[in-house]
Amino acid sequence: MQSFSFTKAQTVEEATGAGGRFIGGGTTLVDLMKLNVETPSTLVDITGLPMAEVEKLPDGGLKIGAMVRNSDLAFHPEVKARYAVLSEALLSGASAQLRNMATTGGNLLQRTRCPYFRDTSYSNCNKRNPGSGCAAIGGHNRMMAILGTSDSCIATHPSDMCVGMMALDATIHVSGPKGARSIAIGDFYHLPGTTPNVENALEPGELITHVTLPAPRRQSRQVYLKLRDRASYEFALASAAVVAETSGGHIRNIRVAMGGVGTRPWRAHEAEAALMGKPATPAHFRAAAEAALKDARPQSENGFKVELAKRCIVRALTMATA
Amino acid sequence: MATQESTAAKMAGSPHGIIGRPVARIDGPLKTTGTAEYAGDFHLPGMVHAVPVQATVASGVLRHLDVSAAQAMPGVLEVLHRGNIERIYRAVPNDPNATVSETRPAFEDDRLYYWGQYIALVVAETPEQATAAAAAVKAEYAAETPDVRRELEPFAGKWHTVSERGKVDDALAAAAVKVDQTYGTPVETHNPIELHATVAAWEGDRVTLYESTQGVVNHRNAMAQILGVPREHVTVITRFLGSGFGGKLFPWAHCALAAVASRRVQRPVKLVVTRTMMFSNVGHRPVTEQRFRLGAGADGKLVALQQDALNHTSLVDAYDEGCGEATPYLYSVPNLKVASALVQRNVGSPMAMRGPGAVPGLFAMESAMDELAVALKMDPVELRLKNDAVKDESNGNPFSSRHLRECLETGSAKFGWSRRTAEVGSMRRDGKVLGWGVAAASWGAYRFACATTVELGADGRARARCATQDIGTGLYTIFAQVLAEKTGLPFERIDVLLGDSSMPEGPLSGGSWSTATVLPAVAEAAEGAIASMLAVASSTPGTPFAGADAKTLRLTEGRVHRASEPAAQGVPFEQILKKARLNRVSADGRSGSAFEDPKARGLSMHSFGAQFVEVEWEPEIARLRVSRVVTVIDAGRIINPRAGANQIKGAVVMGVGMALLEETVYDPRNGQPINANLADYRMVTCPDTPQIDVTFLDYPDYALNSYGARGIGEIGLAGVAPAITSAVYHATGVRVRRLPVRIEDLLRSEIRQA
Repeated sequence: MQSFSFTKAQTVEEATGAGGRFIGGGTTLVDLMKLNVETPSTLVDITGLPMAEVEKLPDGGLKIGAMVRNSDLAFHPEVKARYAVLSEALLSGASAQLRNMATTGGNLLQRTRCPYFRDTSYSNCNKRNPGSGCAAIGGHNRMMAILGTSDSCIATHPSDMCVGMMALDATIHVSGPKGARSIAIGDFYHLPGTTPNVENALEPGELITHVTLPAPRRQSRQVYLKLRDRASYEFALASAAVVAETSGGHIRNIRVAMGGVGTRPWRAHEAEAALMGKPATPAHFRAAAEAALKDARPQSENGFKVELAKRCIVRALTMATA
Repeated sequence: MATQESTAAKMAGSPHGIIGRPVARIDGPLKTTGTAEYAGDFHLPGMVHAVPVQATVASGVLRHLDVSAAQAMPGVLEVLHRGNIERIYRAVPNDPNATVSETRPAFEDDRLYYWGQYIALVVAETPEQATAAAAAVKAEYAAETPDVRRELEPFAGKWHTVSERGKVDDALAAAAVKVDQTYGTPVETHNPIELHATVAAWEGDRVTLYESTQGVVNHRNAMAQILGVPREHVTVITRFLGSGFGGKLFPWAHCALAAVASRRVQRPVKLVVTRTMMFSNVGHRPVTEQRFRLGAGADGKLVALQQDALNHTSLVDAYDEGCGEATPYLYSVPNLKVASALVQRNVGSPMAMRGPGAVPGLFAMESAMDELAVALKMDPVELRLKNDAVKDESNGNPFSSRHLRECLETGSAKFGWSRRTAEVGSMRRDGKVLGWGVAAASWGAYRFACATTVELGADGRARARCATQDIGTGLYTIFAQVLAEKTGLPFERIDVLLGDSSMPEGPLSGGSWSTATVLPAVAEAAEGAIASMLAVASSTPGTPFAGADAKTLRLTEGRVHRASEPAAQGVPFEQILKKARLNRVSADGRSGSAFEDPKARGLSMHSFGAQFVEVEWEPEIARLRVSRVVTVIDAGRIINPRAGANQIKGAVVMGVGMALLEETVYDPRNGQPINANLADYRMVTCPDTPQIDVTFLDYPDYALNSYGARGIGEIGLAGVAPAITSAVYHATGVRVRRLPVRIEDLLRSEIRQA
């Protein structure tokens, strides 16, 4: 770990003007600093900022402060009752100890678990050293992404929470040197393309202050299903977040997002289009799953993720429409 | 638990009762309160910190090291490397009392044999400074393409015959039913939760090493040779171990590095091996690849068995896993051949890991037996009962005590095996498919030499000393139980001092032999100390026993009394010691190896067991979990069923990991263990842990020692993985012969719906 200066911000303005890396729970940043992957010269502690509240909004939506801890968010009564997919996604991630530390804003910015990204003895990582190549391609790639990859990067986005938020159409609110703005979560994450070092829409100095969720549709049912090698403390091989509204055996409204398979939290628009207005039957679920994975580009070791992700979607749809 | 009831019932008839009682470990409070001192916990005045630099290629030559930047960094005292380190000697080859894990000392030549090999060592004031400077050392390599392939075939080298009888070729050719399959197990990393660590402190030409070792005596002997000092000048201290699973049996390269660094800087040096280094530098269970050929009659009677076992080893050590460990004696079969060979890979040296040989060997053999049962359309328990051996057919010796049949029958009854339907995927519960599997287990029973001292002190306490160590299984408590049995003192008045090489020499913590080894020596020492105490009582004027024949005296509940009178009428022994102006009485106890014991001669001594496993399978999402394990163990008399059941349960959990999760993966391009951390190397978590039912048959094996105890550290792991893969086959129809079972294997199942 390289030496750094540490300052604690009292206000959002102070934080965004400090010119350093923000640290909340530290569950990603400190880990990567120990590995010398992250080498910030200045850390700005934002744990004292007034962003740790969950509030119900007048329009029925929910406002989640960026400093709300994963465990507090998962067990918040509003979240448990009306945004079950988010609660389930949060509780399926990491361990109880990590969830007690990890924050909402930090989890939105969680970095990949790609072993080649995390090991600086590999100089060829386009995320760390733009233009240097990708050690993961041709390496141990079982956990890597199959959707949204490029010849520059195949790293999987690791978060469960973000997948739940994708299916809930969250909006991310940021504040920065140029003022405050809002970004739909669907526009927040960049595909790696030729610049995998640019992971999201944040501008330099911008701080995530909170997330808002729209009011859930009253008839909707929500499911988060995570498939993984072991039962706990394990990243997804494939996960699916489904928010579904059915009537008369037909799907009236549907949102499907996937984790463990994409270079970003993956919204399966093709699956949604294939389901809209259709009867909630296994055949349609399977067709939707096929549509969601039709562009999958597996590596040498992770071809199984294609079939596993399809089965994950089918099961999640079955559960959400039963 | 049934075990505890049956033991309690036996205890009622025992005069003292402490042997066989499920007592809590005496070191428990120290561990739960964080006050037990492990090697890395020792902080000595003036101590500095050493961090090794690792090679980032697995094959080739170290061309150049640039340490100038590191040397100039804050707090750095010394950067040691091949060019400036004093000589580190090799340990004497094949010295059974001074074994090392890796023959080649660090920095011996500029050749690179495996990824992560130590190439330099930074010594600095703080661990952070040493770590930062280690990262600043620049190395230039002439890199070559390493060979870290998991596949060991095709193999064209020379085979070594381990065991042979009859004519296996002819019998296989003529057999009515045959199985011929190859089974593979991956590199498993020991991963004890306590990191390897050395704290070295010199005083003149004497050194004290605070170590995480499974053998303080061997460690002292080896380090004396390696450091070039007399044995008497080295003291090794291991108060507690956060386990080792075999990985800490013998010294590794870092131990010598810490010691020579300390000698160089003339200050105590601490070196803690990181978790990531532990995947490359301190051993692993090697890859095995085993071809098994079984031939049987239509009635299920085995007629032929051939095992050809390969395991990988490093370029610097010829480590033989010994996969044929249990094969020659487990079943009755007239024609048998076991052969083995080694294949070199660019990996660090392998090292014995819990149940070495038997555990991967039984995975292959018991998997083949399950396949034979399927081929015969015979129940797999029935097949094993039919082939039970009444003597050790590899040498004709009778078994000292063998109850495999009862393990299988008891396990069947407890598990409910009679309700099993044989057809794949035929059992369902709560929307899931169930799979049931079984396997037999075995592990050797050993006893080695041990010396110990027991004292009765004027402070009213009994005290045992032995240069062995408690690997974390409960050996402190075993000593205390024997002292309590002999003296009648409560645990509160018993001290057990272990883990110091200057004490009387005790055993390595390995091979599940510690308990069987120490029991007779502690008993003899305790009896000697008591005899001495009674002699003092009879010869000390002013005591009620002065002039009495010592033979008529007893020590009970800590009191000396006449045999004809109750203990309550006696005198506490410490009062007699005070009267006699003695600080203590003491005696040494010694016992030899079972190999030299006439009582054990001509007997085949092993523990046995049976593992019954249930898996739950959700075919729609390829989710498989082990839900239930019934394990029945025949390991002689169980001295402490609580610590014993804990060992077996832990071993079963490890077996779940072996079957479904654990594998160290090497990047084929550079030979790096790529999942070298506890997130990416998957071990079992609490929600993966099945319900585990442990039964000990508790038949004493008096051929091994006077208590009839064998060992229980390893037997619990044997047979778990093949029972699981057999259950996986029963649920899914997928036969996994290459561990671990992965979701990608299960997706091949033709059963798509529960």
